[in-house]
Amino acid sequence: MKTNEEITNAIATGFPELEFYEEGSDFLNVFVPNEQLLEFIDKIRNDKDLLFDYMFCLTCVDWPDHFQMVYHLESSQHGHRLVVKVKLNDKENPKVETLSKIYRTAELHEREVYDLFGVRFINHPDLRRLFLTDDWIGHPLRKDYVDEINIIPLK
Amino acid sequence: MGELNPQLKYPSDFPGQILPGGNGGNIVISKLDELINWSRANSLWPLTFATSCCAIEMMATGASKHDWSRFGTEVARASARQADLIIIAGTIVNKMAPVLKRLYDQMAEPKFVIAMGACAISGGPFYYNSYSVVKGADHVIPVDVYVPGCPPRPEALLYGIMQLQEKIKSSNPKARRGAITKFEEGF
Repeated sequence: MKTNEEITNAIATGFPELEFYEEGSDFLNVFVPNEQLLEFIDKIRNDKDLLFDYMFCLTCVDWPDHFQMVYHLESSQHGHRLVVKVKLNDKENPKVETLSKIYRTAELHEREVYDLFGVRFINHPDLRRLFLTDDWIGHPLRKDYVDEINIIPLK
Repeated sequence: MGELNPQLKYPSDFPGQILPGGNGGNIVISKLDELINWSRANSLWPLTFATSCCAIEMMATGASKHDWSRFGTEVARASARQADLIIIAGTIVNKMAPVLKRLYDQMAEPKFVIAMGACAISGGPFYYNSYSVVKGADHVIPVDVYVPGCPPRPEALLYGIMQLQEKIKSSNPKARRGAITKFEEGF
């Protein structure tokens, strides 16, 4: 098991644009540029010393000026954990590369994020809605979602 | 249930009289409507149906400590065809609503509904202002008794069941909505 400093040193090589920060939890957080995500995940998944082979959470956050993808990764052999975050600056049409080819579980989780936030996953094998009906209009966990029948606006 | 009459051996709330016949047998004097209501109220079979945390409290009500079969709410049935009481224990979401309606339609008359807890009554204290939550199960099926709480204690649910029994006992069995009509004239 590696400490957060060791993980920081191990994954920073070759990726000068990473931003690290700790937010008071056990997890080490790292921001990865959108276009480098697939390359970065591929590296830390297959590197023998890192071996982040288990994704235990995939979710999305709707910030006022961008969407943020959040991936929680763990190594089942070493036991260390890492949180990878990606900013999606296009608020109208957020897009990010799919991770379903590296982590099979991402396929369903990405469908859920697409269903509720409307994030498009490039090269996803089957990007359909997961929970809501196929004819649903909009993405209900977005902050700007309007539902005049069911939701009373709080502002 | 009331105390047993030591001489005649029938419950004191039995709607009618049982008189000794003098030859070892007994004679029952009663009104049929009241007798039907009395039997319906004391043999409520609830459907095994629960959608969230109120279910735990409902199961506790059925388990040994509180044991709702003391009040005639006997076996929980896994089939809607065999149940005549549905306790809505938990949030009903838009996706669950058609299922609830279908289960209710599958139950045979007479059927009764208890809305247990804040979610079943009004959508709940947590996530009612949402695209997915039905704001009260009575938007889907008619409710007889509302039991407030989050979740209600087993005592509260037992009280709700007893209120339902009072409601059944004071109702006219022929006047129920959806009851089979023109029974006397034959089909």
